[in-house]
Amino acid sequence: MTARIGVVTFPGSLDDRDTQRAIRVAGAEPVALWHKDKSLKQVDAVVLCGGFSYGDYLRAGAIARFSPVMDTVIEQAKAGLPVLGICNGFQILTEAHLLPGGMLGNDHLHFICRDQKLRVENADTAWTTDYTAGQEIHIPLKNMDGRYVADRYTLDELEAEGRVAFRYLDFNPNGSLNDIAGITNEAGNVVGLMPHPEHAVESLIGTGRTDGLPFFTSILKKLVNA
Amino acid sequence: MARVVVDVMLKPEILDPQGQAVQRALPRLGFEGISDVRQGKRFELEVDGPVDEAALARIHDLAESFLANTVIEDFTVRVESEEAVAEAVK
Repeated sequence: MTARIGVVTFPGSLDDRDTQRAIRVAGAEPVALWHKDKSLKQVDAVVLCGGFSYGDYLRAGAIARFSPVMDTVIEQAKAGLPVLGICNGFQILTEAHLLPGGMLGNDHLHFICRDQKLRVENADTAWTTDYTAGQEIHIPLKNMDGRYVADRYTLDELEAEGRVAFRYLDFNPNGSLNDIAGITNEAGNVVGLMPHPEHAVESLIGTGRTDGLPFFTSILKKLVNA
Repeated sequence: MARVVVDVMLKPEILDPQGQAVQRALPRLGFEGISDVRQGKRFELEVDGPVDEAALARIHDLAESFLANTVIEDFTVRVESEEAVAEAVK
């Protein structure tokens, strides 16, 4: 038996197929979920993928956050369902207040697309146990609104509780406070990050590295061993 | 018909690179003496029926939960007078 991992498609999602593929490469079963459906088809975990849901109108992720599927995702995430938000998915998770802080336009006002070096800061979340804390990885980054912001109190809390899951190394590509690339909720089941692990799961394509694969093998192990 | 205006601005402590880009362009255009620009959003809501306290409370909730993200933004709600609306559509 393997784990069933849902991938939500919103109008404007771009990376749903790549994410499904990454899940399959890791050995789990991807399940397509649709933004208009309240049902999560009894999946064991959910990935909110990258793209520009609803054209990023109003704010990135702001309209997707109110779609029918998100009612169920929010409810079940609070009950412990593992949820990973990548790029636009991270933005949706902050808009849904499943993760603290917010996402704003890159400080240099340009779209950015590059192979980004990251440090894994927290290898204890549902999505990161196949990394080791302190490990340095390269994962593609591509976004317009990647600047993570939060008030000082929230930042201090995230740092003190080890909830900064990933940090930009060598170069801060968007002005994110404390070089934050990704964070986790208190329980460790909800993780969001701007870079795209699903684009780094096969050596043949992309960066030529498979540094993103452990996201998907981590969750698979957790679910299968549960 | 009544109009309610919701203005949304980034919180003062949050960097606004768009506003900065506008501010930096000003001297080039011959505008001197403007030390800071911050850019926000303005929503004009055309309301059916009277804008009473209950309607304003609903719009306040809408602004707080949807039009603004209060983690990063502040907002204000105000009713635009009918004369001002009439003037604007002339």
